Amino acid sequence: MVPFAGWEMPVEYTGIIDEHLAVRTRAGLFDVSHMGQVEIAGRDALRTVQALACNDAARLQVGQAQYSALLTEQGTFIDDILVYRLASSHFLLVVNAAHAARDVAWLLEQAPRFGEAAIVDSSARYALLALQGPAAMEVLQPLTGVPLGEVATYAFAHGEVAGARAMISRTGYSGEDGFEVFVPPASAAGVWQAMLDAGREADVRPCGLGARDTLRLEAAMRLCGQDMDETTTPLEAGLGWIVGWSKESFVGHEPLRAERERGAARRLVGFEMVDAGIARHGHTVSVGGVAGVVTSGTYAPYLKKAIGFTYVPASAAAPGTELEVDIRGRRARARVVPLPFYKRAR
Amino acid sequence: MSYPEDLQYTKDHEWVRLADGTAEVGVTEYAQAQLGDVVYVELPAVGQTIAAGDAFGSIESVKAVSELFAPVSGEVVAVNDEVTAHPERVNQDPHGTWMIRVRVAGASADLLDSAQYQALVG
Repeated sequence: MVPFAGWEMPVEYTGIIDEHLAVRTRAGLFDVSHMGQVEIAGRDALRTVQALACNDAARLQVGQAQYSALLTEQGTFIDDILVYRLASSHFLLVVNAAHAARDVAWLLEQAPRFGEAAIVDSSARYALLALQGPAAMEVLQPLTGVPLGEVATYAFAHGEVAGARAMISRTGYSGEDGFEVFVPPASAAGVWQAMLDAGREADVRPCGLGARDTLRLEAAMRLCGQDMDETTTPLEAGLGWIVGWSKESFVGHEPLRAERERGAARRLVGFEMVDAGIARHGHTVSVGGVAGVVTSGTYAPYLKKAIGFTYVPASAAAPGTELEVDIRGRRARARVVPLPFYKRAR
Repeated sequence: MSYPEDLQYTKDHEWVRLADGTAEVGVTEYAQAQLGDVVYVELPAVGQTIAAGDAFGSIESVKAVSELFAPVSGEVVAVNDEVTAHPERVNQDPHGTWMIRVRVAGASADLLDSAQYQALVG
């Protein structure tokens, strides 16, 4: 167990590679109850979400979710989030555990400018279990009356799972099909066990933080606070697609539009190691005399190679560009590759 | 976990098998369990001289990297290519997977016997 944003969390159960491959080939179960939840509700809830989160929440039907971000006035990341439209004027934001307190404070401070909406930190009301992998639906279906095949990707439904009141969302952080199930904390242990029992035949593995990180990185999903922060913009991070450009205004929109006009000067790229070794978070990367750092780096168990993210000048972002990583004093070659590293067959 | 009686151990979790002036060196069950899935092992070249207590290579798992410390001093006379090609052998059979063979010359590190090492790692 390791401390993580105030939570005690397991790094691994049966081993990172074993858990990682279980999710890619069957299914794995993660307790991600550390994630924070913030509800925004009231007459001007949509207006508030539209102003404070960069994606276009007006495009969400009730029952749909979208990837979005909270940005500073400079257009840089405060946090990346999922926005769920629970009802016409009721939204649920799922935020990173490490940033939850700061996000809530920022939302409370900003929201009054945009009308009448209540901001409620409801993190303590939800436990969150993520069942991820190609077998996720067949494992979960016997535990719920919700017809899971009718829940589209990035949509959610309310119902019961193993007798517990639940919100079932077809989302995840693994690069596989799967579900994130919100349940009352008192029901979490029972639902966890029911999912593992239901997954016995499919050989579902409980998974820890280690596999969560290798899976998300292999699927090229960013980790906010590591791959982007208050010094990086969505355009630099390759996340221009989560910006609602057609919205008239939102916090941070002016510098972002200007950057979009002139083109981001630096870009997040994916790389794979050419020489042996694993580039890890914080290692120095150089390309054409310009130094940067590895923002995330790991051994990718499914692809069986060492991969990572770094920021490079836009001129060095093309796939094939050679990079050099300083791995504890040894200069190891790497090269820029197209993202995502891994994409599941559909 | 049992630690073979015919091996000696370092506080840094290497084992060494000494016979006829030659030492085989690997890492312990405890080390592999702490590291988890090993994916790279970096070893010195044959002919290189190593000194007891100094790093002679590294072992890297998905979650961490650790240096390998020499239990003895001497010249590396063989390197196990099997373990660099198949690092998972370290997880599968740590006490049966030697990494380097050393012709021992000069001092050794403070080595522990099986019972002492067992006491160290609990």
